[in-house]
Amino acid sequence: MLNRRNFLTAAVGVAAAGGLAACAKKDDSSGDSGSSGGSKTITLGFSQVGSESGWRSANTTSVKDAAKEAGYKLQFSDAQQKQENQISAIRSYISQKVDVIAFSPVVVTGWDAVLKEAKAAKIPVVLTDRSVETSDDSLYVTLVGSDFTDEGRRAGKILEKVLEKAGHKGPVKIAQLEGTTGAAPAIERAKGFKEVMDADHKADWKIVVSQTGDFTRAGGKQVMAAFLQSNPDINVLFAHNDDMAIGAIQSIEAAGKKPGKDILIVSIDGVKDGFVAMSEGKINAIVECNPLLGPQLMDTVKKVKAGETVERWIKTKEGDFMQDQAKAALPSRKY
Amino acid sequence: MTTSSTTPSRWRALTRHHLFWPVAVLILLLLVNVPFTPDFFSVRMADGHLYGSLVSIVLFGSPLILVAVGMTLVIATGGIDLSVGAVVAITGALACSYISDQNDQGALSGVLLAMGLGLLAAVVCGLWNGFLVARMGIQPIIATLIIMVAGRGVAQLITDGQIITINSEPYKLIGGGYWLTLPFSIFVVAAVVAVTVALTRRTALGLLVEAVGGNAEASRLVGIRSRRIKIMVYMFCALCAGIAGLMISSNTSAADGNNAGLWIELDAILAVVIGGTSLLGGRFSIGGTVVGALVIQTLTTTIYTIGVPTQTNLVFKAAVVIVVCLLQSPKFRAKVFGAKFAARFAAKGGAKPAAAAADPAAATEAAPKMEVS
Repeated sequence: MLNRRNFLTAAVGVAAAGGLAACAKKDDSSGDSGSSGGSKTITLGFSQVGSESGWRSANTTSVKDAAKEAGYKLQFSDAQQKQENQISAIRSYISQKVDVIAFSPVVVTGWDAVLKEAKAAKIPVVLTDRSVETSDDSLYVTLVGSDFTDEGRRAGKILEKVLEKAGHKGPVKIAQLEGTTGAAPAIERAKGFKEVMDADHKADWKIVVSQTGDFTRAGGKQVMAAFLQSNPDINVLFAHNDDMAIGAIQSIEAAGKKPGKDILIVSIDGVKDGFVAMSEGKINAIVECNPLLGPQLMDTVKKVKAGETVERWIKTKEGDFMQDQAKAALPSRKY
Repeated sequence: MTTSSTTPSRWRALTRHHLFWPVAVLILLLLVNVPFTPDFFSVRMADGHLYGSLVSIVLFGSPLILVAVGMTLVIATGGIDLSVGAVVAITGALACSYISDQNDQGALSGVLLAMGLGLLAAVVCGLWNGFLVARMGIQPIIATLIIMVAGRGVAQLITDGQIITINSEPYKLIGGGYWLTLPFSIFVVAAVVAVTVALTRRTALGLLVEAVGGNAEASRLVGIRSRRIKIMVYMFCALCAGIAGLMISSNTSAADGNNAGLWIELDAILAVVIGGTSLLGGRFSIGGTVVGALVIQTLTTTIYTIGVPTQTNLVFKAAVVIVVCLLQSPKFRAKVFGAKFAARFAAKGGAKPAAAAADPAAATEAAPKMEVS
């Protein structure tokens, strides 16, 4: 789907990053201090997937800002959704003898050869955001990224709180707006949510309708409009991202119902517009999927460079937000 | 349209009318929804406007109808326009980014200017397409591919790769607002369709378009300025796409350079084909296109309503489209139930419409069963 735009993503990426960088301020959750501690500046080679979404450009900006703040030298390259670009970027990092290589893999497989080269050159590799499948686990040190299944579980858990707070009684009829069919976040978020449902709420919760809204506002709006017709008794909406929830809210309003009251809404991501909707009382809870993993990545890079052992999967620091926290959290949302 | 004195030939004339099969499929698709949504056809008042499935179908289908109407004329000249999706994205992005820069987003003058700006950009895209096709002699599919690919990049450039959210009441009207209890977009679509039909069927313009589509060189030799006609239809098509772009962005009050109008060109071409316009050019039906676009929108709504599993969405859509296209083909009809039907008509002097409608019903209802297994 994104392929046909490949040769444009570079130009757009530069523009998007530029636009973001202009408004990006100091990172809030940076754990380490400005100095790198050692005598020599750490050089980090980072290969990004591309710039396909607002989430991704926020991710890029975060990595760049955090590297600057930590005082690391960052070699950044945009792979424009192509594995071969990413492999050649990693090879060039190896020949430049950077201290640590980090990348968000475009695809899951096909990394063994280039990762072995990195290993032979004794350069540790850190994955961000997405994982890879390799024959040899020692080829990368760690993965810094979100756990989508857990986000689904957290959405289930926070729905319990939302229902309790709303004083909801009786059966819970859930409409689910899924992400793009086949995408990892869509599959895993649905899976996590279902786990909670099957474990604790087998009797009273039921997903009455579930359909893909392609992670877009227009999709969410149209699908929700159809849901409200076929199942007028829906009282909970679980959206796999904020944009679909925002679209759905408009359909709920057009049906003469009150989003956040007649239909309780839980969504995942935590983009700015999602928080705006939540502060207006239209979304009840948001489970954050944080693209701002730059500070955590720099922290990990420092530890890896110092030879410390790190966990195999460093999960992104993410929060769950209820309505009462929305207003306070809103000014800090930057994507 | 054509009526004759005896019943069998009247029935035959009806089934042979170019709108018969598209309309039959549309009605059938609507009926399929009834078991799943019992009050599918009911329309009630909600929040000061009419509300119901039919209203939603027309509201969400409006942009597609517009794009498809523009596409019809391009296809009638033997061309094709793949750039409409990108034009949708550019128009929405320009209008929304202009409005979001205003201090008072609700100011009517600012909104009108934003819309004008968006539509101007759309028409320029159309002019470019027309120039490449008519003046440079580039194959339409290649010429319009340029903006299809590059245009979306431009839209993303305008929006900085972000989704621009606006909060403007007047802008919301065109794609998401209501007027006289009906979605305002219905009036826009009605106006565009009426103007198009008037221009093409009440003046010689339609004939000229068909002549150019039939044989551009011959029409030039008889004195038709075929190049100018071609440029005009591409500009008109882009204008329609531009209005659709305003509608789509207005509907969600946001411009999404990445996803607005994504793949709408394919749905539009499909709508045109379902409506009975020949891809070879030289013949077109605006009414058929409108019905075709409604068929596609109803199909989408049906998928959401009847609970097709998400993984099989596209298979289901494909199956229905195949059936519709086959029903459209006179050769296929003649081969499959031609002999049987012809015999029955001859013997009984025309079957009941209900009985005739049962066959396509069986065919379409068999489609989901096929792909579930």
